Amino acid sequence: MSEMRYREALNLALREEMTADRNVFIMGEDVGVFNGAFKVTDGLLKEFGEERVRDTPISENTIVGMGVGAAMVGLRPVVELMTINFSLLAMDQIINHMAPIHYMFGGQVRVPIVVRMPQGAGHQLAATHSHSFEAFFQHVPGLLVATPSTPADAKGLLKAAIRDDNPVIFIEHETLYGMKGEVPDDPSFIVPFGQAAVRREGTDVTIVGISRMAVTAQKAAEQLAERGVSAEVIDPRTLRPLDLDTILRSVEKTNRVVIAEEGWPHGGVGANMTALIQEQAFDYLDAPIQRVAGADVPMPYSRPLEQAAYPHAENIVAAAMATFETGDRV
Amino acid sequence: MVNAMEAGDPSNAGQPSPGVNLAGGDATPQQRPAPRFQPDHMLPDAERGKAVLYRMLLIRRFEERAGEMYARAKIGGFLHLCIGEEATVVGTSAAMRSNDYLISTYREHGQVLARGTPPQEVMAELFGRVTGVSKGRGGSMHMFDAERRFMGGYGIVGGNLPIAAGLGLAAAYRGTDDAVVCMLGDGATNQGTFGETLNLAALWKLPVVFIIVNNQFGMGTSLARHSAMTKLAAKGEGFGVPGTTCDGMDVLDVESCVKNALDLARSDRQPVLIEAVTYRFRGHSVADPEEYRSKEEVDEWRQRDPIVQFANKLIRGGAITGAEAEALDKLALQEVDAAVKFADESPYPELDTLYDDVYVLGDQLRGWYSVDARSPDTQRGEGIAGDAELQRIAEASAAHTEGADFDEQIVMREGVARDTPGPPPLPLPPEEGV
Ligand SMILES: Cc1ncc(C[n+]2csc(CCOP(=O)(O)OP(=O)(O)O)c2C)c(N)n1
Ligand SMILES: [Mg+2]
Repeated sequence: MSEMRYREALNLALREEMTADRNVFIMGEDVGVFNGAFKVTDGLLKEFGEERVRDTPISENTIVGMGVGAAMVGLRPVVELMTINFSLLAMDQIINHMAPIHYMFGGQVRVPIVVRMPQGAGHQLAATHSHSFEAFFQHVPGLLVATPSTPADAKGLLKAAIRDDNPVIFIEHETLYGMKGEVPDDPSFIVPFGQAAVRREGTDVTIVGISRMAVTAQKAAEQLAERGVSAEVIDPRTLRPLDLDTILRSVEKTNRVVIAEEGWPHGGVGANMTALIQEQAFDYLDAPIQRVAGADVPMPYSRPLEQAAYPHAENIVAAAMATFETGDRV
Repeated sequence: MVNAMEAGDPSNAGQPSPGVNLAGGDATPQQRPAPRFQPDHMLPDAERGKAVLYRMLLIRRFEERAGEMYARAKIGGFLHLCIGEEATVVGTSAAMRSNDYLISTYREHGQVLARGTPPQEVMAELFGRVTGVSKGRGGSMHMFDAERRFMGGYGIVGGNLPIAAGLGLAAAYRGTDDAVVCMLGDGATNQGTFGETLNLAALWKLPVVFIIVNNQFGMGTSLARHSAMTKLAAKGEGFGVPGTTCDGMDVLDVESCVKNALDLARSDRQPVLIEAVTYRFRGHSVADPEEYRSKEEVDEWRQRDPIVQFANKLIRGGAITGAEAEALDKLALQEVDAAVKFADESPYPELDTLYDDVYVLGDQLRGWYSVDARSPDTQRGEGIAGDAELQRIAEASAAHTEGADFDEQIVMREGVARDTPGPPPLPLPPEEGV
């Protein structure tokens, strides 16, 4: 084990996989000379050269599309989009090409590409630069979707993503890059997709936190403990495939659920997960499932407004407490 | 800062590129005249010369002060300064009519100021205050001033190009003589919208002038490393948009070039592409360590400071005295000081305005269902702890949160009076200005 930051864990994963497999290479805006907008690719140009660490023009749709093409003939591109906000420009390649190609062509060809990008609000970047889009990507069959929230998961999931033969949307979080944590040194360490992590055990209420909200949920659980409420915190880690079993087992124990995500509420991860839980575990629920999400607005710049527009631990606490007030509900 | 300094050698300013004879019209690519670096533009008269110089000084001083305020955490988000690019910005606005539209990128404080928006409103936007041009909603990257036909700064590289063509389409549709100026970066010419927009603008004969602010970099990637064709003015030809290059460090050259292009756009319904060769003296944003370029390179370009060059020209031509130039600089500093004071004293938007203006509300849409664990009022989150001012605001709003009832978690967002404005104000031509 070594202590390192989330960004360093990602860097290490890239380095190990590039060392192990010459088919792995990196493309993206400012990933080389600039060492990455968030320094995730720091030093990789120097170590692996321009052939394998490629600075691209600002052409998101084409960068992703070229990654798809290269992957179809056996390379394993890791495409960095500077932030998830710019993935919108690549949605055509992601949804019309990357995701369905394996299926649409009868399984003849695989697309082992990873598209990495950070998401998240909180830096006063306003409506164009503050998105959280796990809900968009989890909507699409053919894609795998990872949302690591710890340095160890960042490393283990990225390595698993690079080795997988499916296209992977790898969603990092801008505010987690500096987070420190213990990371296994063993180059064979991976975190397999489809295995949720129980971050904290509890008996009274299950809180499912996605991406950064997995961290916020743990803070909320501490505050709930002070109020005598024992919360179990689950980080699904991947949304496709989703480890619903771990969530359902927890629900069977606590009978109450809060789902916390940073993106918009309509059609969000929580909306979908709520449907899955009530389909599978309706009889175990003692209260309506509570969702905590970003405010239903384009992100405002002004600091007080922005703070009000994305979830904090207090909001999760309030939602958890609300699951105990079910008798009062109409 | 205005001292007697010789204009630098422009020979390193950029490759000559095939220009177009904007006046004559039918030059073939082979016959097109060479770009006009450092041509002899007539010096403006004293009054106009001062106005142009003042506008550049104001932008420079504004940007410097914004950088300071950013360092003091008065400003959040990203802060992209246009220091070094003032001639391109002011030359462009000087060539525009008041009824023309200007649309830009996230590096747009200068353009807004050049269009005549009061500096205090621009600074207040940076401070996130309700008195800002975008009411604190947009911040540095997203300013908008409908009254002055500044049609927005946009945070997505290449996102403003189709919108510019749409503004041009409306002018053509309505048969007005409004023209559109669209500013974009060198990096944006690699975005798909660049080719798509130029093609349509040419195909539909739209009155749009596209100005590439070629400051030599897209973030940390130099022009030669991001674009196979480095003569950016030539990038439009294949799409039917003639291109020309101007010296983006010479405000008079920019002005004359943009003016010719606007004439062509307006009268011949011909979109034009202009490459203004310039340089940003500061980092991409304030947080940029600038490891991708040498100090020598930056210093070399600083020798050609567009403000110093122009001031010297005016002084040497006898249009103004050195003392007058100094006085203008002082005035600019004072105006910026006043802007900072205004911004600092302005209130933040009320928290209960969070949901205002998501939609235009009316008879059909009186509100919308929103699933949201928070009322718009409640927020005393982790991120604001410690900031006394924000704490005060949060506490002031706490009155709303008392008794907040989670039964109301599914909230019908009702329109209140302030939510139901009439049609948006028609952008009217502002006062004529530089
Ligand atoms: C679609 C998109 N991709 C990436 C970014 C991140 N980004 C912001 S500015 C920038 C560089 C743009 O360079 P250029 O067009 O030359 O404009 P400049 O910043 O030099 O004014 C990049 C990559 C973005 N804002 N939008
Ligand atoms: Mg540039």
